[in-house]
Formats: sequence, C-alpha cells, structure tokens
Amino acid sequence: MSDQKDSVWVIAEQIRGEIPVICIEIIGQARKLADELEVPVEVILLGKDISDQLNLFFFAGADVVHLGNAADFEIYQADIFTETIVSLAKERHPQIMLIGSTFMGRELAPLIAANLGTGLTAHCIDLVLDDNGILEQQVPAYGGILSIICPEKRPQIATVARGVFPMPALDENRSGIILPIEPLEGKDIRVKTLEILHEEPKGVPLETAPIVVAGGAGAGSIEGWLEIQALAEILNAALGSTRPAVDEGWTELETMIGQSGRMVSPEIYIGVGISGELQHMVGIVGAKVMIAINNDPKSPVFEQVDYGIVEDCRVFLPALVDKLKNIKEFGGRAAHVV
Amino acid sequence: MDSIFRIVVCVKAVPEPKAAESIKIDPVTRALPRLDIPLEINPLDKNALEVALQLKETFPAHITVISMGPPPAGDVVKECLALGADEGILLSDPAFAGADAYATAYTLARGINKIGPIEVVLCGRASSDGATEWVGPELAVFLDMPVVTMAREFVETKGKSWQVKADIEHGYRLVQVELPAVFTVTQDVNTPRTLSFSGIIKARKREITTWGIDDLDLPAESAGLKGSPTIVSKLTYIESKREYQIIEGTLDEKVEFLIDKFAEAGVIT
Ligand SMILES: Cc1cc2nc3c(=O)[nH]c(=O)nc-3n(C[C@H](O)[C@H](O)[C@H](O)COP(=O)(O)OP(=O)(O)OC[C@H]3O[C@@H](n4cnc5c(N)ncnc54)[C@H](O)[C@@H]3O)c2cc1C
Ligand SMILES: Nc1ncnc2c1ncn2[C@@H]1O[C@H](COP(=O)(O)O)[C@@H](O)[C@H]1O
Repeated sequence: MSDQKDSVWVIAEQIRGEIPVICIEIIGQARKLADELEVPVEVILLGKDISDQLNLFFFAGADVVHLGNAADFEIYQADIFTETIVSLAKERHPQIMLIGSTFMGRELAPLIAANLGTGLTAHCIDLVLDDNGILEQQVPAYGGILSIICPEKRPQIATVARGVFPMPALDENRSGIILPIEPLEGKDIRVKTLEILHEEPKGVPLETAPIVVAGGAGAGSIEGWLEIQALAEILNAALGSTRPAVDEGWTELETMIGQSGRMVSPEIYIGVGISGELQHMVGIVGAKVMIAINNDPKSPVFEQVDYGIVEDCRVFLPALVDKLKNIKEFGGRAAHVV
Repeated sequence: MDSIFRIVVCVKAVPEPKAAESIKIDPVTRALPRLDIPLEINPLDKNALEVALQLKETFPAHITVISMGPPPAGDVVKECLALGADEGILLSDPAFAGADAYATAYTLARGINKIGPIEVVLCGRASSDGATEWVGPELAVFLDMPVVTMAREFVETKGKSWQVKADIEHGYRLVQVELPAVFTVTQDVNTPRTLSFSGIIKARKREITTWGIDDLDLPAESAGLKGSPTIVSKLTYIESKREYQIIEGTLDEKVEFLIDKFAEAGVIT
C-alpha cells in the first residue's frame, strides 16, 4: 500500500451512530473499479465513537480507512467536513471519489468538488470504466442513458443512491490499515448545526419493502392520491411516488422513486397513474412482478411491466381496495371466493 | 444604497414539463430532436423568490433576480420582477452554452460579484431539468460563503446570524449561519405567490439587464462547455421491454386477476 495516489475513495458517514447501508454498497462498487484499475480502496469516515464498526468496511473491500474519531466530527458540519476531506484529497490525489446520495452527501459532494476544481455527476445509476480507465457515470435522460465523463480534472466524483449497487459479499478474512485524521485547529466555522431532530419514519421503508405501491400524476387530485395510499396500506406495502406527485404536494419527497429519488427492488411493484418515464423506472431495480394501472391503453408504461390494467384509477382502486378489505375481514381469500 | 439588505435569488428557466417530455431520443435515428421548448420558472425557484419577498415584508431589502440562460430566459426574469423583485439580470452569451453545474455556478458567481456586496443568496433545492442540486453549494464555494442546503424554515432572520431548519434523513437539523450566506430551499418552505395570465403579459414589458461574457471579466475557458469539467461522452438508446400482458375483461375480472396475483405471491392468503 505504498503508492496511495490514484486510489478509489469512498466518503462514508455515520447516521445516528450507525453506518448506513449505502456506504457498504458503494465500497463494494469501489472495490470492483479499483480491482480493474489495480489501485487501493480508501474510505474516509468522520464521526465519533465508531471504531467498532470499521471491520465492515474492510470486509466489503476497503484497504485503508482514514478515520476522524473526535467530538468535532460527531455530527456533520459543512465547513469542518469539507476542509478536512479537501485537504486530505489534495495530499493523496484520489482518481475517483464515490459519495452516497444521503442528505450529507448531497451537500458535501458539491462543496468538495468545487473546492478541488473538479466535476461531479449526480445520482448515477451505473459506474463503469471505459477503455482508457475513465469513469463513465451513467444517468438516464431523454428516454436513454447518458454517459458523463470528467476527462481531465481529478478526482472524478459521483453520488449514488442506496440500492443502485448490490450489497457486496462480505469477506471476513479481509483487513486493512486505519489511519487517523486529526481535527483541524482554529478553523472558523461559519455554519453550524446546533441540533438534529429525528422524526419517526412513516410507513413501510421503501428500500426493503416486498411490495411497493407507487402513485403518479394520474392520481389527479389529493382524493385520488388517498386511494393509492389506501391500497398501499391494505397491502402493507411501502408507498412510492413520482416527481409530479411530490410537486403537487400529495406526498413527501422522501417517497419519490427514481433517478433523483430512491431505488426499490420489491417482489411486486404496482404503478398507478404513472407514465413510465425512464427517470422513474430506473428506480425499480429488479422487481419480480410489475403491474401498471393506467387509463391510457397507449401509455409507454405498459411495455415496461408484466401486467397492464387499463382503467381509471379513481374507479378501479376503490373496487380493488374494497375487495381486499373483504378478504381481510373474512379471514382470507379461500373463505371468500366460492 | 449601501446600508440596504441585499438579497439575490438565482432563478433558472426550465422547459415546461409537458414539452420537456417530448425531448426523446428518436429510436430510429438515435438522435435528439431539435425543438423550440417553451420555458418557465423552475418550480422550486418560486419558493426561493417567495422567501425573499416575505423577508422584504419584514425589513427593508432589495431583491435582485439573476438567471443564466438563452435570451428567452429573460421572460422568466421579467416575471420575477412582476412578482415583486426589484431588479433582474440575465447572464446570456453563446459562450455560456453547454455549461455543467460547475461552470453554471462559476458564471453565476461572477455575475453576483458584479452586483456588489450582498447578504443572502437564495436558490431552489434543485432544478427540474438538471436536478443535480449542485449549483447552490458550488456557488457558495465560488463566492466564499457558507451554505445551508434544503432549508425548510427560516427560524431567525434578524441580524447577521440566522437560524434555519433544513431537511435530513427523517427529520431536520437546526443550523446557525453567519451572513453573507447561500441557502437552497425546499418546497415546504412556503407557498409561492403566482401571477395572473394578464400579469404575465404585463411582465413582458419590464426592463432587465443582460450581461455577456465581456461584462463579467470571465475568461472564455472558464465558461460554458469549455469551463465544464464534465462532458457527455455518449447517449445510448435503451429498450426496457418486458413480455407484457394487458388484462382484458370487466373491471371486476381485472380486480380478481390482481387478487390472484397477490395470492400467488403470498401477499394475501
Ligand atoms: C434530471 C431529472 C431527474 C428526474 N428524477 C425523477 C425521479 O427520481 N423520479 C421521478 O418519478 N421522476 C423524475 N423525473 C421526472 C420524470 O422525467 C417524469 O416527469 C415523471 O416520472 C413523470 O411522472 P408521472 O408518470 O407520475 O406523470 P406523467 O408522465 O404525467 O404520467 C401520468 C400518467 O397517468 C395516467 N393517468 C392520467 N389519469 C389517469 C387516471 N384517472 N387513471 C389512471 N391513469 C391515469 C396518464 O395516462 C399518464 O400515463 C426527473 C426528471 C429529470 C429531468
Ligand atoms: N442557469 C441558472 N441560472 C440561475 N440559477 C440557476 C441556474 N441553474 C441552477 N440555478 C439555481 O440552482 C438551483 C439548483 O439547480 P441544479 O443544481 O441544476 O439542481 C436552482 O433551483 C436555481 O436556484
């Protein structure tokens, strides 16, 4: 591990004392890229009281962990985190830097990139190397896939949402080096997080849900949206959405599935009033069964799913929900269908 | 003039959503069609402007709207004036074309520096067409200001040290920030006022300032495509077709069909 130049970096983080899954997923992808490039994977983690969780990084593929373990790093502080990571990057010259699309990552990535005078690509759905070893950062656009590259400036920085890359196989025999990061001295802090308030997450979490019911602009109104929500509830499904549904204020941004939202991989995906735009569809990774309910028989959504129902959702959903309620009440379907 | 509190709102002219969807790769030619797409104000930038307008209702302030874009983006800037902004600036030059988030932020920063000393810069969380969320924070770096992204509530706006609530995973953080500072705002921050149709028509008559590359003391290699660290290397057409089946029959039959599928998957018993 003598030559650390050109390594692949992952900026990890700690949320409520835990390492989020996204960090491990992107270490897995960093490992693949680093193997092709024949360079080490280095993980940067700033936090407090975290040493006991570091093995996971090594098991997932890290060679080096730069660990800032100090009171100053307890919660994300933009100025401190940016300057700490930027100065380390200037010293060690990574060629690639991967950052999770968490709230911290989405603020920190552009701060790091602008300070290093390099480019970055948001919400990538795949990362591969081209023939010259340059990182192709793929994002959906115009009904196709754009490959974005940062040909000259380094590092090449990309953000990735949870679920884009699979959880890597953990190799418990792997280990690595931990290098301490010292907190900066006398840094003036212009912006300071005073406190963090966690609200209890609502509903079923999207990423791990076996069933996802997603609603789109076709809901037509908040009343129409509530029908979609009712279907999700009775199926004990996670509720997802498209961007127009969020723009309308029917649901929160946290429910948005797709390129700039969340990635899901359920057993069953049911899309209601959704047209099948690629930016949404890329968020449904490897769903087993896909169903679309749309009143337009020509909707492009149909050819991207397994089963299409051509109906007005405002009429169809109440009927479906009623039936499901009946089944629930009468203790299962067998008793009901005769 | 000097003592007045100066706010800059960054506003992007984006394709109207319906029109935006028509920009698709042609499956046969595999090329992008050239279309004249009607532009509108990026939805979240209306929230950013509304923050400025509401601040101005509580203390004396001067609001400048700035946008980088092609000449038709000027109409969007004019609409912001009709909504209550005091001054509108369009950064427009063929040399700015093809800018990625980095070059966009860099050019906007030059424009904002030319305005003079300012206290607050407001951006939307994301633009509807780019949706990187980068421009606000990168702008902050180029202006050497702190940034708070995803602000959902301006809690304390007296003096030079403000407090805002900003979104995080399942909750929010309370952030204290020293002005001058950049904020990006979410949809939850307020309900923006709108213009009537006649208001939009009247807005077209408002005067705005246009600055090109020479006005900004910006070297050509720092603007537009040339100033962009990232480029598009290729555009691939993808077909994600499944062997799909449209379920025929009456509404009840379709309901039954889905119930069967749910039962098969063990979702219901
Ligand atoms: C950079 C970028 C990033 C983006 N990221 C995302 C993202 O992460 N997630 C996302 O979702 N979008 C994203 N988008 C937006 C995306 O391109 C589409 O605009 C969006 O997914 C469309 O949502 P929709 O299908 O709900 O709406 P529409 O496209 O308007 O479709 C509505 C559908 O509902 C049907 N319908 C209407 N009435 C009824 C009815 N009564 N019953 C049944 N069906 C009905 C219509 O036939 C239509 O097919 C992004 C866009 C850009 C440019
Ligand atoms: N060309 C532009 N002109 C003015 N403001 C912009 C421009 N592009 C982006 N912005 C601002 O940056 C925010 C985030 O945009 P984006 O980084 O593209 O998601 C927008 O909501 C605007 O406030």
